[in-house]
Amino acid sequence: MVSVSPNIEARLQRILPTVRKPGRYTGGELNQVVKDWEQVETRVALVFPDIYDLGMSNLGLAILYEILNQREDTLAERVFAPWIDMEAAHRDNGIPLYSLETKHSVAEFDILGISLPYETLYTNTLNVLDLAGIPIFSAQRDDSDPLIIAGGHATFNPEPMHPFIDAFVIGEGEEVISEIVETYQGWKRHDSSRDSLLEAIAQIEGVYVPSLYETHYNDDGTLAGVNKRFEAAAQPILKRIVPELPPPPTNLVVPFVDTVHNRIPIEIMRGCTRGCRFCHAGMVTRPVRERTVEEIVEAIEKGVASTGFEEIGLLSLSSSDYTHILELVKAVNQRFSGRHLSISLPSLRIETVSVDLMDQIKDERRSGFTLAPEAATEKMRQIINKPVSTQQVLDTAREVYSRGWPTLKLYFMIGHPSETLEDVQAIIDLCKAVLKEGRKAIGRRAKLHAGVSTFVPKPHTPFQWSPSDTKENILAKQELLKSQLRGKGLKLTWTDPDETMVEAWLSRGDRRLAEVVYQAWLHGAKFDAWKDQHDYQAWMDAFDKVGLDPDFYTHREREVTELLPWDHISTSVRKQFMAQDFARSQESETIEDCRHSCYACGVLPTFADQRRENPGESWGCPDVSPRGKKSELIQLAVPSSDA
Amino acid sequence: MLDKTTKADQNGKPAVAMRIRAEFAKTEAMRFTSHLDLYRAWERLLRRAGLPLQFSQGYNPRPKLQLAAPLPLGMTSQVEIIDFWLSGETYDLDQIHSLILSSQPPGIDIRTVEFVDPTSPPLQQEVSAAEYEVIVLDQEPLLNQKVASLLEAESIIRQRRNKSYDLRPLILELSTVHGQSQSLQMRLSAMEGSTGRPEEVLLALEIQPEATHIERTRLVFK
Repeated sequence: MVSVSPNIEARLQRILPTVRKPGRYTGGELNQVVKDWEQVETRVALVFPDIYDLGMSNLGLAILYEILNQREDTLAERVFAPWIDMEAAHRDNGIPLYSLETKHSVAEFDILGISLPYETLYTNTLNVLDLAGIPIFSAQRDDSDPLIIAGGHATFNPEPMHPFIDAFVIGEGEEVISEIVETYQGWKRHDSSRDSLLEAIAQIEGVYVPSLYETHYNDDGTLAGVNKRFEAAAQPILKRIVPELPPPPTNLVVPFVDTVHNRIPIEIMRGCTRGCRFCHAGMVTRPVRERTVEEIVEAIEKGVASTGFEEIGLLSLSSSDYTHILELVKAVNQRFSGRHLSISLPSLRIETVSVDLMDQIKDERRSGFTLAPEAATEKMRQIINKPVSTQQVLDTAREVYSRGWPTLKLYFMIGHPSETLEDVQAIIDLCKAVLKEGRKAIGRRAKLHAGVSTFVPKPHTPFQWSPSDTKENILAKQELLKSQLRGKGLKLTWTDPDETMVEAWLSRGDRRLAEVVYQAWLHGAKFDAWKDQHDYQAWMDAFDKVGLDPDFYTHREREVTELLPWDHISTSVRKQFMAQDFARSQESETIEDCRHSCYACGVLPTFADQRRENPGESWGCPDVSPRGKKSELIQLAVPSSDA
Repeated sequence: MLDKTTKADQNGKPAVAMRIRAEFAKTEAMRFTSHLDLYRAWERLLRRAGLPLQFSQGYNPRPKLQLAAPLPLGMTSQVEIIDFWLSGETYDLDQIHSLILSSQPPGIDIRTVEFVDPTSPPLQQEVSAAEYEVIVLDQEPLLNQKVASLLEAESIIRQRRNKSYDLRPLILELSTVHGQSQSLQMRLSAMEGSTGRPEEVLLALEIQPEATHIERTRLVFK
């Protein structure tokens, strides 16, 4: 593609009327930040490699947009992937991908920050680079190309994307993004080589520059070792955290067009203490850090005044576990009831108290209530460490229906290797029993929506050694669900097993898989997360071409002693802890909420200094004693670098 | 978004307090904002302004807003009109004007506000026609002849969304203007159930709508 910036805006005039939902491509919305291109030292393009509708709902992007634009010497602009029709228009007319704010060609920016929250964005990332006219491979880029960095939950295993990204940010970006900008500025002032830029960036804590490491493999295809090629690079690379959550962004861009979430997203807490063994987010976002009730209420007020959004999302991985949840709900109700705002409090525990909470929030719309039992038999609940009784589910459901929510949405997960058809049958039976409760309460108006996803074993979780279920098994389980979860009041949604497979290969992929990502993209794979777009055959062809066996990544039982491709990336949760918890899973042993009893996962000793500076209830972890005096807890835990 | 609940309000909540009519331009920034999304933009504008917009009652409360006539995607307008209802406190017109002016997003350019009798008919029912100015970006040497022959036709049968209809009676006026650039002026019917769309006229003239810029210049009331 051409990389010179033509007069993009004028050429768009004739193209936009011909594509679907052109409001995605114009920019110019309320609260967008436009700075003088010539007056800043550093220009960052924040890239979400899917369409505007999804990207504008991504909180990480909003956070970085605000932080970067608050710097006087820096501008940040937004870039999204064009939909198929707009991509064709770009290619047919030779228009490079541009930023929404000032319509500069993406290649003209100094730094691209790519958001990779999930693996099915990988092929789109390559496509975005190609549309921008930037070489796909890091090794082919020179001083005239932007620095390409990526972060987000998927990058806790960066290896399948290692040749395409110059540097990965591991963990939370709020602080490290400025350090990267400043390091970049220092490098640019000295006008030295790209290699020296990468070496400088690699010395920032939490930054992984893959080209400074090399890997070698055993004959059976497993990883034999990872070696640094640059002395000052870290190994392991420890994720970044912010010890105290900074104020949430409130001056959010207000889209002209409908997007996935039209809301003010406010994280009430980050991290989770529940320890569900399948949950990647729950493991990689530790420790729990909470915002205060006052801060949250202030943020809602500011957000409403600056955006006018009709919906507030109070976000966390487990809202019920927020220490001051009752106070929060009361304060929100006092301040905002009667103002026609829809307030959502997702991820509530399955207990009747949750219905009280939602009731108090007085959300006018009462369209649906969502709970996530995940499994329906005792056996599966113990394996995944989500102990919720069937009685709790039924009691909670009864309350939900009788207090005015006609629709209950239940999330389940199938596909654990020890799950049988009986366990799946139990999901069906539970759904029917729940709907029956609803009918008793409100008659035929009662609806039940079962969202059944498929388990993907994730890196950095106790299930990182577990095989994925076979496609045949998944299909049989889904057939059972489809044949029985039908009829009036019942709705079933499920994940396409082909899409699950793509996610499963990439989640636990190694460096060799990068060539498969590249080939899949060459074979036409993109928008892998879109049911109507993803192209399984392109992936099979890619594996074939590269000569790798997809089942090696998904269906193999890994030994706990195996060196894993992401072991040199540390979330601070020790590998030994995960192995213990994996063993507990196999013994059907559960562990309780670690707010009540610390299991020494490794987070606290790793971040002991940060904890010491932020004592008290804002963290979910126990307090640590003042410097100098080692507490029992710290002695109990082993250093995190056993990877 | 259209309200059907005026009666419910009379039974339940206090009667409609204030109905305000605002005239605004929909400018370039919102050219690709749909009719539905424009409603949403106004709801958010009023929420930012801190004005207590009235909502319908029932399971799914809707803000009480009425736009006069939908403007097709891709067009700008000098003359959009919206009615909104406020409940609770009373405000004077200047207060309302300054609050909404300071809350308007890019793409909405508020011109005037006035009070309207709350019992007067829905805004949509009062519009009879709309006028448009179309700038033709590529020179059309035969434009005058094309316009003349279109006007001479007794009927112009066109297909839209798999339905065939006669465009001709919906064209009330059509003329060419030759200034610095070539342009067309048209007045099209805008009654419920018989609305003429400017891009349909352009297609009948064999002009690609994307090679034009269309702006609504006037709404004609009954």
